[in-house]
Amino acid sequence: MTNWQQRPWQKAPGMLVVVVIVLSAIFAACTNGSNEDDVLELKFWAMGREGEIVPELLKEFERENPGVRVIVQQVPWTAAHEKLLTAFAGDTLPDVAQMGNTWISEFAALAAIARLDEKADASSVINERDYFPGIWATNRLADGLYGVPWYVDTRLLFYRQDVLRAAGIVRPPRDWAEWMQVSTAVKKHVGKDNFALFVPLNEFDLQVSLALQQGVPLLRDGDRYGNFSSPELVAALDFYLDFFRKGLAPPFSETDISNVWDEFARGYFTFYLTGPWNIGEFRRRLPADMQDDWMTAILPGPSGPGASTAGGSSLVLFEHSEQRDEAFRLVEFLSRPETQQQFYEISGNLPPRRSSWRGDRLESDPYVVAFREQLERALPVPKIPEWERIVQELRMVTERAVHEKWTAAEAARELDNRIDHILEKRRWMLAREGRGDS
Amino acid sequence: MKPSVAGWLFVGPALAVIAVFFFLPVLAAFAISLTDFDIYALADLSNLRFVGFQNYADLLQRPLFWQALRNTLYFVLVGAPLSVMVSLAAALLLNGQMVRFKGFFRTVLFAPVVTTVVAVAVIWRYLLHTRYGLINYGLDWSGLPIVDWLGDPRFSMPSIILFAVWKNFGYNMIILLAGLQAISVDLYEAARIDGANARQRFFHVTLPSLVPSLFLVGVLTMAAYFQLFAEPYVMTQGGPIQSTLSIIYLMYEEGFKWWSLGSASAVAFILFLFMIVAAIGQLVVMRRYGSGV
Amino acid sequence: MRKLWRGSGVHLGLCFLSMFAMIPLLWMLSVSLMSPGEASSFPPPLLPQNPTFDNYRQLFEYSSMGRNFLNSLFVASAATLLSLTFNVSAGYAFAKLEFKGRQLLFRWLLSALVIPAQVSMIPLFLMLKGMGLVNSWIGVLIPFVASIFGIFLVRQYALSIPTEMIEAARIEGASELRIFRSVVLPLLKPILITLGLFTFLAAWNDFFWPLIVLTDSEKYTLPIALASLSREHVQDVELMMAGAVVTVTPVLVLFMALQRFYMSGTLAGSVKG
Repeated sequence: MTNWQQRPWQKAPGMLVVVVIVLSAIFAACTNGSNEDDVLELKFWAMGREGEIVPELLKEFERENPGVRVIVQQVPWTAAHEKLLTAFAGDTLPDVAQMGNTWISEFAALAAIARLDEKADASSVINERDYFPGIWATNRLADGLYGVPWYVDTRLLFYRQDVLRAAGIVRPPRDWAEWMQVSTAVKKHVGKDNFALFVPLNEFDLQVSLALQQGVPLLRDGDRYGNFSSPELVAALDFYLDFFRKGLAPPFSETDISNVWDEFARGYFTFYLTGPWNIGEFRRRLPADMQDDWMTAILPGPSGPGASTAGGSSLVLFEHSEQRDEAFRLVEFLSRPETQQQFYEISGNLPPRRSSWRGDRLESDPYVVAFREQLERALPVPKIPEWERIVQELRMVTERAVHEKWTAAEAARELDNRIDHILEKRRWMLAREGRGDS
Repeated sequence: MKPSVAGWLFVGPALAVIAVFFFLPVLAAFAISLTDFDIYALADLSNLRFVGFQNYADLLQRPLFWQALRNTLYFVLVGAPLSVMVSLAAALLLNGQMVRFKGFFRTVLFAPVVTTVVAVAVIWRYLLHTRYGLINYGLDWSGLPIVDWLGDPRFSMPSIILFAVWKNFGYNMIILLAGLQAISVDLYEAARIDGANARQRFFHVTLPSLVPSLFLVGVLTMAAYFQLFAEPYVMTQGGPIQSTLSIIYLMYEEGFKWWSLGSASAVAFILFLFMIVAAIGQLVVMRRYGSGV
Repeated sequence: MRKLWRGSGVHLGLCFLSMFAMIPLLWMLSVSLMSPGEASSFPPPLLPQNPTFDNYRQLFEYSSMGRNFLNSLFVASAATLLSLTFNVSAGYAFAKLEFKGRQLLFRWLLSALVIPAQVSMIPLFLMLKGMGLVNSWIGVLIPFVASIFGIFLVRQYALSIPTEMIEAARIEGASELRIFRSVVLPLLKPILITLGLFTFLAAWNDFFWPLIVLTDSEKYTLPIALASLSREHVQDVELMMAGAVVTVTPVLVLFMALQRFYMSGTLAGSVKG
């Protein structure tokens, strides 16, 4: 101990305390500095790339509403659902948020998001009849409207025209059989180190789309049990698994491919199942001399062009927020056709209302044609609070089926087991409600 | 003021905080594990049901739980001994009499311990990258087949173990080094006079004297390794096909992703049980074979 | 001759282990200075072709890393202060002040070390929700306020304080508080630094609890921000490495400066009580 006292850092604890206090003071000053009294702050959560883009759009909104400041928080898509639930559990939800439209029934069931019927009816900007009906419907639950569609999202194929041509194929596939043939031909052409198709194993969109294409409900008995063991849905799973069994698609998730755009440009895969936001990314990230070589195509169905999910994001207001009027003004601003066109130009996200499509850019964009056609065929998924958990199980089960070479029927049985377990509480609550009514 | 009163006043604040913010929650966690507390109950408590030990029974029937348990035991039973062995090797090397720059080596070997798990996991995720990672480059360069480290379910856990060994071996190294330095030189001299060679000296002098330190290091490492979470969260998100899903990760997903708090609490208690069993098991083994414990 | 050979063998082993320990960290630094996309090529480049600080600039300008850095600094500093305030007096009392039930209490506390902290976190979250403290600094700091390990650490060290010194002060009529402040605390200085350092590093590196309790990205600490960045920007390796450098450097520097205290703490904490 005496030895220690001769060391130069004997003053360290005292200095540390001083440093800490000074830093904390500075920190506290910074934290409080932004709170001016007369400015109203709106908290807005936006996901993924939208979170990076939207501040650009909001400059105009803040100019129009000098008393309002919008604080945008970017939430990664992979963590978005759990972040929203955590914020609900911890009472720290923002005023407005972007929300995947399949989550709306869940947050409505929790009484987390506010009903918008009155506000929407009174609005001069938001006009129900101008929206694509399928997309609007995903925001309307039995007891009212809970979200305003912000952009639409459906999955289809991005592909390399030059590779198809080189493999001797004239046009993208239209139905399942053709798709499998084309993929086999492409795979033969690109060799053993490359693949025909990239469907990330950490996604569930293709599985859901293929199931929806079969025209049977994904859940049965009033959404009380899973229906994946029905022959139609087993066939859909089987078709999906075939791509991996035949080595046409690599059994990878998104994180295994460090940069999908580079790999697409290198020809690592020829078909990539993804959504409209990638139009912008492909334009930005693919080399200039490749811009004529890629195109989009509608998702093939069992017999002819097929359905895909009616996905997309909506804007929602939260029940606890005391600034819902201002927040709705923000929703209206983002729903204006001119804002949506600007949003499309920066992000490639497709607007949900017809008048927003009337711009030159959208109508003349060749990559968008397939999306417009696909949107006509978009189908909704079951509107139950447990849906997000169910699709995550779907993703996990199909990933396992790919790795462990399960048959489609085995995968379907496992999936239905898990779904039935998840829906136990729902069945109990429905039964209780039933008793209450009688 | 009498020292006895002062004693209570001195320990009071800390004990109060620990009681309110640790012991009370632990008891509450057990109570919650007997209910089906979920997001519906969070919204409206009338949706809460008392379910007894149903959560535990459900877990025991879920393949995912068994997989998480297997993964965690894999990590603990392979990772912990491996970590301790590397630590022991490092400590033995550092303890060599003719080692120069001892302080330098010690600092360098210890540095990974203080780094932030999340940050270094980001590095390792890329070191292990199938196509652009340094590790596969090294394998390829030396003519070995490359491995899809984080994408192949057979290699994902070994990858995480490799990372954990790298991150943690320095800590145990310090403890074992102190243990080595505490061994009396006379013991070695006596062994040398008896004609023991280096290997015999290691097995008959060094190792037995190190038993208390090894026991301690083993317990600490196992307890820490049972709580595997940040590594798979950053490197693999529990995949591929849940091959790196740990018990704590399962608890996180059940609890803070899906807000099935009842089920998540049950997971936490089962983990607790395993840690106690493991600690007692190690104690018994060491009692039997170790002299000084 | 044989001795020399063995000496070099030992050095070879140490160099090998050191490379194992250092290469990932050096590589992180190197990649963080590469231009975007440069690291994703084969063979992987070891050094940047044209070193650039662009990744760091982007990190601080376009993402909120600067903010997160300050958050981490604040959380770790505040945790350190709190931990010193609560644990030191308790550790001293367990070592040197006779009071009824002391031994029993201490044994209880020690055996509670087996309980993994995660067990308490679900109810703790619900408690904080009840108090409106989710997503608050107090919420993040609560697990650091009092720690059994911290009390243990201080107690082990305080046992070495000669009881006569305390007795002498008592006979002179000093109050217990005064004795603690003017006699005990100066003697405890080394362990205070150790405990402070441990707490600072633990709070800086902590992941699970802040991940749960902080919902607002404005309040994220560096590890949470980095994990979020690494999920969102999987493809921007160079950017992530810059983020890793920013996260790791402060703790490494702190450790280098005070490593004596860290090492002695490692040992003190591992002595069985």
